[in-house]
Amino acid sequence: MANIKVEGLTKIFGKKPSQGMKLLKQGKSKDEILNETGLTVGVNQASFEVQDSEIFVIMGLSGSGKSTLVRLLNRLIEPTAGKVWIDGENLAEMNDKDLREVRRKKMSMVFQKFGLFPFRTIIENVEYGLEIQGIDPSARKKKAMESLELVGLKGYENQLPDQLSGGMQQRVGLARALANDPSVLLMDEAFSALDPLIRKDMQDELLDLQVKMQKTIIFITHDLDEALRIGDRITIMKDGEIVQVGTPEEILVHPADDYVERFVEDVDRSKILTAGHIMKRPETVNIEKHGPRVALERMREEGLSTILVVDNQRNLKGYVSADDASMALKNDVNSLQSLLKNDIPKVDKETPMQEIFAIIHDIQTPVAVVENDRLVGIIVRGALIAALAQDSEVKTENA
Amino acid sequence: MLNFMPQIPIAQWTTDFVGWLTSTFSFLFNPIKDHFGSFMAWTANTIYSIPPVIIILLVAGLAFFITGKKFGLAAFSIVGLWLIYNQGLWEELTFTFTLVMLASVLSILIGVPVGILMSKSKTADALLRPVLDFMQTMPAFVYLIPAVAFFGIGMVPGVFASLIFATPPTVRLTNLGIRQVPTELVEASDAFGSTGQQKLFKVELPMARTTIMAGINQTVMLALSMVVIASMIGAPGLGREVLSALQRAQVGPGFVAGLGIVILAIIIDRLTQSVNDKK
Repeated sequence: MANIKVEGLTKIFGKKPSQGMKLLKQGKSKDEILNETGLTVGVNQASFEVQDSEIFVIMGLSGSGKSTLVRLLNRLIEPTAGKVWIDGENLAEMNDKDLREVRRKKMSMVFQKFGLFPFRTIIENVEYGLEIQGIDPSARKKKAMESLELVGLKGYENQLPDQLSGGMQQRVGLARALANDPSVLLMDEAFSALDPLIRKDMQDELLDLQVKMQKTIIFITHDLDEALRIGDRITIMKDGEIVQVGTPEEILVHPADDYVERFVEDVDRSKILTAGHIMKRPETVNIEKHGPRVALERMREEGLSTILVVDNQRNLKGYVSADDASMALKNDVNSLQSLLKNDIPKVDKETPMQEIFAIIHDIQTPVAVVENDRLVGIIVRGALIAALAQDSEVKTENA
Repeated sequence: MLNFMPQIPIAQWTTDFVGWLTSTFSFLFNPIKDHFGSFMAWTANTIYSIPPVIIILLVAGLAFFITGKKFGLAAFSIVGLWLIYNQGLWEELTFTFTLVMLASVLSILIGVPVGILMSKSKTADALLRPVLDFMQTMPAFVYLIPAVAFFGIGMVPGVFASLIFATPPTVRLTNLGIRQVPTELVEASDAFGSTGQQKLFKVELPMARTTIMAGINQTVMLALSMVVIASMIGAPGLGREVLSALQRAQVGPGFVAGLGIVILAIIIDRLTQSVNDKK
């Protein structure tokens, strides 16, 4: 429906931006340009592509240029250079009339401090975008009501914005943006002004709505947890430059540089990492080849008290303990079959770490990670803790 | 050392310039003087022909509703206006009121658009700002001289002088009010594809309303003070009574006429402010 392609989008604030543009092309940094020319680089040659119906999160700290970038997309700020392709049209070079059409029909914006008109009632606020298109009052009222209903604010239409709570006001902001039925939603720190619980509700609600609406959403935030929660893909910005674009997982597991790494340091990793990220290659014995002697030997080598048992197809059969294995040796038992225990917990690769905590909490054995009964890895307590501490070992294991 | 050059003939230049203006634009000034003059006289006479009781009740009723159904200003208006009538100054009041009203309306009609222009254009802002400073700081009496040259004596030059003196606050505060509209609201308006006009009328002017009204209140009060000064060039009204009392050193009549102006000022001021307070 709408994919957006941004090429070399640049904004330089100051009197002679062309001068700064030249320096940027020479590869000078934001600070060097500021010192040399007094020009401020807002966004430095950003290029990315947003897919249809994707939630694309742009995140960065304040001053990283993320708010400028989103305003370059609908030209609330005029770009110094670069192109913004939407449905095959270059928005950056459009005339005012075409630009207005795009803003009216294709792109809506939701603002950090809601941007509601205080002298208009809720329904009049939601109608605004339709009103300026000259749609007649009854038709626009109907559309606005549908939009209000969508965000769960039916019944509030005749209140004024300051009679509503922050969360409700932002729902109005969202309803106003949706009333135009745009294909692209630009959300500038839309939930940042809300308190944490409400913010989480709004994030959930946006995700629910997105299932129905299938809009292309470009979401600006400085909050990594928020980015990870709602983003299909995340872009990290620093000093006006895009540092990394990737799925939440890619960003967490393979940070592009120190900056991103420091960013993701504080994340509650247990919510994002899954069994697949933290599992280790398992030590196993093959029930069809090995007996208790080999099992005991391997356990001694690796310092384990139990070892997993698989067959030729690496299907998990169970585990044996060191005690049972040495008993079997004394009694001259040569097969592992009789020693097998089956009370080992199994999870699949997608199980989040949080759930594994609950499982591993009161058992002695490791947790087996299986894919259609085939053993692919194990998780021991140490690996869990290492993953939380963002041990470098975890990263290399999964690299 | 300071005498390195002879006196610059600024006074002469100004006299010549005003003389040139007067003769060159007399085709413009004369019809204004005639038509606007007779329109003002007609307005004043119309108001004067309405029985004072009706006017007093109308003003009181207006005060009652504009202040949100409170009796204070309404009661004050009844007593105050009756007192002016009682002192035999009703006709003078009518003239003063007509002058203030017309001067204010013209000031607002000119001031608001100029203020909008200044808020939209940096160049206009830079050019007009010193002009406004000049208009406000030059002693008001000075405007009377060219006013007489252009329009003779009477009500028309009075309105002209008060226009120059009273317009700046409306211009300034309209400019300020629009510039103070929160960026996010302007952005919201733009982001939904408003045209410049839609943005102005649907967002900026409503948001700036309180500030603009404060400017208008100032303009009306300045117009009132100028109308008194304009009595020196023959504008009729309460000011003329003050002036003639001054010339004859009559404390009593001077005080009574002055009191009339104060009463009118209070009523106008509270009325224009109340419009603002209302949600």
